[in-house]
Amino acid sequence: MPKQVEQRDRVVIRFAGDSGDGMQLTGDRFTQESAAFGNDLSTFPNFPAEIRAPAGTLPGVSSFQLHFADHDIMTAGDAPDVLVAMNPAALKANAGDLPRGATIIVDNHDFTKRALTKVGYADSPLEDGSLADYNLHSVDLTGLTTTALESFGLGRKESARAKNMFALGLLSWMYNRPVEGTIRFLQTKFASKPEIAGANVAAFRAGWNYGETTEAFAVSYEVKPAPLPAGTYRNISGNMALSLGLIAAAQQAKLPLFLGAYPITPASDILHELAKHKRFGVTTFQAEDEIAGAGAALGASFGGALGVTTTAGPGVALKSETVSLAATLELPLVLIDVQRAGPSTGMPTKPEQADLLLAMGGRHGESPVPVIAPCSPADCFDIALEAVRIATTYRTPVYVLSDGYLANGSEPWLLPAVDELPDLQVEFTTEPNHADENGTPEFWPYLRDPETLARPWAVPGTPGLEHRIGGIEKADGSGDISYDADNHDFMVRTRQAKIDGITVPALTVDDPSGKAEVLVLGWGSTYGPIGAAARRVRRKGMAVAQAHLRHLNPLPANTGEVLRSYQRVVVPEMNLGQLAGMLRGKYLVDVIGYNRVRGLPFRAEELEGVLEHVIRGEVPANV
Amino acid sequence: MSDSVDLGMPGLAGVPGTDVKQTAKDFKTDQEVRWCPGCGDYAVLAAVQGFMPELGVRRENIVMISGIGCSSRFPYYMNTYGMHSIHGRAPAIATGLAATRPDLSVWVVTGDGDALSIGGNHLIHTLRRNVNLKILLFNNRIYGLTKGQYSPTSEVGKVTKSTPLGSLDGPFNPVSLALGAEATFVARAIDSDRKQLTSVLRAAAEHRGTALVEIYQNCNIFNDDAFELLKNPETRDDWTIRLEHGEPLRFGQDKSKAVVRDRATGSLRVIEGASDDADVVVHDAHVQDPTYAFALSRLSGSDLRYAPIGVFRSVERPTYDDELRAQLATARSKAEPDLTGLLHGSDTWTVG
Repeated sequence: MPKQVEQRDRVVIRFAGDSGDGMQLTGDRFTQESAAFGNDLSTFPNFPAEIRAPAGTLPGVSSFQLHFADHDIMTAGDAPDVLVAMNPAALKANAGDLPRGATIIVDNHDFTKRALTKVGYADSPLEDGSLADYNLHSVDLTGLTTTALESFGLGRKESARAKNMFALGLLSWMYNRPVEGTIRFLQTKFASKPEIAGANVAAFRAGWNYGETTEAFAVSYEVKPAPLPAGTYRNISGNMALSLGLIAAAQQAKLPLFLGAYPITPASDILHELAKHKRFGVTTFQAEDEIAGAGAALGASFGGALGVTTTAGPGVALKSETVSLAATLELPLVLIDVQRAGPSTGMPTKPEQADLLLAMGGRHGESPVPVIAPCSPADCFDIALEAVRIATTYRTPVYVLSDGYLANGSEPWLLPAVDELPDLQVEFTTEPNHADENGTPEFWPYLRDPETLARPWAVPGTPGLEHRIGGIEKADGSGDISYDADNHDFMVRTRQAKIDGITVPALTVDDPSGKAEVLVLGWGSTYGPIGAAARRVRRKGMAVAQAHLRHLNPLPANTGEVLRSYQRVVVPEMNLGQLAGMLRGKYLVDVIGYNRVRGLPFRAEELEGVLEHVIRGEVPANV
Repeated sequence: MSDSVDLGMPGLAGVPGTDVKQTAKDFKTDQEVRWCPGCGDYAVLAAVQGFMPELGVRRENIVMISGIGCSSRFPYYMNTYGMHSIHGRAPAIATGLAATRPDLSVWVVTGDGDALSIGGNHLIHTLRRNVNLKILLFNNRIYGLTKGQYSPTSEVGKVTKSTPLGSLDGPFNPVSLALGAEATFVARAIDSDRKQLTSVLRAAAEHRGTALVEIYQNCNIFNDDAFELLKNPETRDDWTIRLEHGEPLRFGQDKSKAVVRDRATGSLRVIEGASDDADVVVHDAHVQDPTYAFALSRLSGSDLRYAPIGVFRSVERPTYDDELRAQLATARSKAEPDLTGLLHGSDTWTVG
C-alpha cells in the first residue's frame, strides 16, 4: 500500500554529527536536491573551528541547517522541524533548539554507556522518556549502512563512513527529493575510486528504500516548488558569490585580477575558489602574512591590475597600515573582511558584525575609506561589482564587510545575463595633464577629476608620465613632497570630500501599509532575519517599515530623512551597537539598538518580539 | 621613442629596451635631495643614476619601490616610476607588481632596519620565492631617520640613545641571512667604491630572480666611519676580499693572505703568508650548493674583518613570477574564459 503523503509549505531540517561525519556534505547535497526541485531555500552551516575535535564530544559537533519552502523565504529558519543526529553528542548539542513535536531521527548505533557519559547523559535519552514530547525515530543507521554494503568487501569502518549517505537517502525519501543529482555527484566525486562511489550510492539508495519499506516511517512529505521569478538559478554561498563577483568585475573592468591573501577562517574559500580560475587572468598569491597579502595587492594595483585582499577581523587589523597607504596613494584596492566573532581569535567559524567601526575608522590619521556590505549570499556577487566600481572610479581602497553567516550560508541565485553586467571599464592616463611655467607638458599625479575628485591612474610603462608617489604628504596637483600646513589641511579635507562624494543609491524603505511609525534598519547579513520578522509582524496586522543599508560609508544621502520620518527606529546588529552609534552621531536620531553577540544569526521569532515591543512603544525587554 | 630593443639579459627578459642614448641626467628628478651632507646615500644614488643608462631600459619601465628610512627616500630622486611605501613592506608590494608586470624592471631600495628588522619576514620570503626583483639593501648598521638607535646589524655592545649601556643582541649578517633564505643572487658592495658597486649592480640586473645587494653605506651623523677600515687605503686590502668568479681568493697587501678550506671542519679560513696555490680557494659564484657562499660570508667578524666584496652567489632557479604567469598561460591555452559558464557552474535549474 502506498504510504501517505502530506503537504507542507516549509520545512527546516538540521543535520548534526561529528566533524568527521560529513554533515556539511550531507546538508549540501540535500540543498542541491531541494534547489533542483524548485524550492526556495536558505542554509546555515555551523561547525567548530577545530578540524577534528575529539570524536563524540560536544565541541566536535558540526551541523548544517536547511530551510526550504514552497514560497519565498528569508532565513535558514529559527528552529528545526527535523533533527538528524548521528551520535549522542549531536543529539545533546541540538535537542534544546527543537520545538515540542519536532521529529528526531537519531543513529542509535553509538549510544553506549561510554559515549553517553562523555557528553553528560546519565541514561540514554532514547530510553528514559526524556524525548517523549518529540516524534523520535531511533534507528541503527550505522548498522543498516554496513549491512547494506556487505557485498562491497569494504572494512567495517569504511562502510560505516557511508552512513551520512544512508541518512541523506532516508531524508530524501521523506521529502520526496529528486535523487539523480546526488547519484551523479557521488559518481563524479569518487570517479577515481569506483568501489567507494558504488558504496556511497548503494548506501544512499538503501536509505531511500528503508524509508519506503519500514513501518517506522509512515508518512512522507511534499513541499511544492516555490513560485520564484523566471530564470536560471543556482544555489550559491556568499564566499562563492564574492569570488565569482570579483572575476566578473575584473572582466567588466578589463583588468587582470590579483588576489593577495593569507589563509584565515572564514575567508579562505575565496582564495581557494579564485585559485581555480587562472584562465580568467586571475593571479592568486598566498602571501607570507596578512600584511604582504595587502601589500602585494596594492603593488599590483599600482601596476594597473585590480588588487584585492581577503581576510577576517584579525587580518584587517594587520592590513590597516596598507589601507592607509592606499588611501593616500589613491589607488584602487578591494579589502574583503569576512567578519567573525572577536576580539582576537574569538570564535573563528561564527558570524558577527563587530568590525564595522574597524572598517570605518580603524586606521591612523584621517583615512576615510568607503565601506559596503552584502545583505545575502547571492548579494555578495553584486557587492563585489559595486566594490570594484567604487575602487576604480574613485581610486580608493574599499572595505566589503561580509560575515561567516553569508560566507557559508547559501540561497538560490537568479543568474544574471553577462551582457547586462555593469560596464566597469577603466581608462588609464596616457598623456601629460599639465604644463610647467615654460609650457612644457608634464604629468601631475594629483591633479583631480573635478567631478569625482579621483586622481589619474597612470601605470608604469607609460612613457612621459614617470612619477613618484608615497606615504609622505603630497602637494595638491604636482604630488611633490609637501610639509606645507595649508596644503596638508586641504589634502586631508579633499580626501574626505572624495569619499563623501561617492555616488550611492538612495536608501529604499519597504512599508507595504504606508502607515508604519516604526522603522527597522539593518546592515549586512541581518537582512534575512529582519525581513522575516517584519513579515511576521505584518501578518499580525501591525505596520513596520524596513530598510537595509548596503552602503555604510558614505551612507545614502537620504538616510537622515528616512530616519526622521519615523517615530521610532530600531537597529538590530550582531555587535554592541556600532551602526546605531554612527547614526546617532551623524543624524542626532535616538535610535534603539537591539544587540546580540552570540556567534549566531538572529532568529526571526526573536526579532519579531523586538519589533512588537517597539511598535507598542515599549523598550524591548532584552535590549 | 624608438622601438623596443631586446636587452639580452635574463634579468630583463620581457622588459623593453631603448636604443636612444640615455645619460645619468635623464634619471635625475627636480626634487631637492634631502640626505645629510656627507651621507653615503649620495654616492649610491650617483652610482645608480650613472649605471642605469648602460642598462638601456626605457625609463618608464623602471620602478623603484622603497620602504621607510633614509635610504627609502631614494625613489623620489630617480626619474622613473616609484613608490615610497611602508616600513618593511617594499618587497611585498614589489612582488605584486612584478608578478603582474613582466615588462617592468623592479628595484627595491631598503635599509638594515627596513629589510632586516620590521620587514624581515617579507625579505626572506621574497628571496625564497625568487621573485625577479633587485633589492638594494643599504646597511649603515644604525637607525638614521629615527636619530641613532642601534639596528639589527649593529655590533654587540653598541652604545646608542636606546642602548646607553650597550646593545645586547647579536647582529644579522645580511649575506648569511639571505643565503639561508635560499637567495639565488647575493652580493656586497661599498658605497664609496663606485666601480665595484656598478659592476655588482650590473650583475644583479642581469640575474633573473631576486638579487640581494648589500651596500655598506656610511652614516656620517650617527655611525660615522663604520666601514672606515674597509675603505682606508692603509687597511682596506688587508680587510676586504675581492670576489672575482674563477679567481683564487688571494688578498692583502702583496697578496699575502689567502682563503683556504679548513680540512677539519670543511669551513673556510684566512691564512697569512705563503701557501700552495692548490690550497687556495678559487671563487665560484655559480656553485649550486650554498654552503660555500655561506662559509665565505662567515669569514667576517663583528668588526667586519674580513669582508668579502663582490658576488657571493649567482645561480639559476625558476622565478616565482615567471612560474605564476606560466600557470596562467597554460590555463588559458586549454580553454578560453567563459564567464557565463563560470557563473552557471554545474548545478542549475530553470524556473518558468
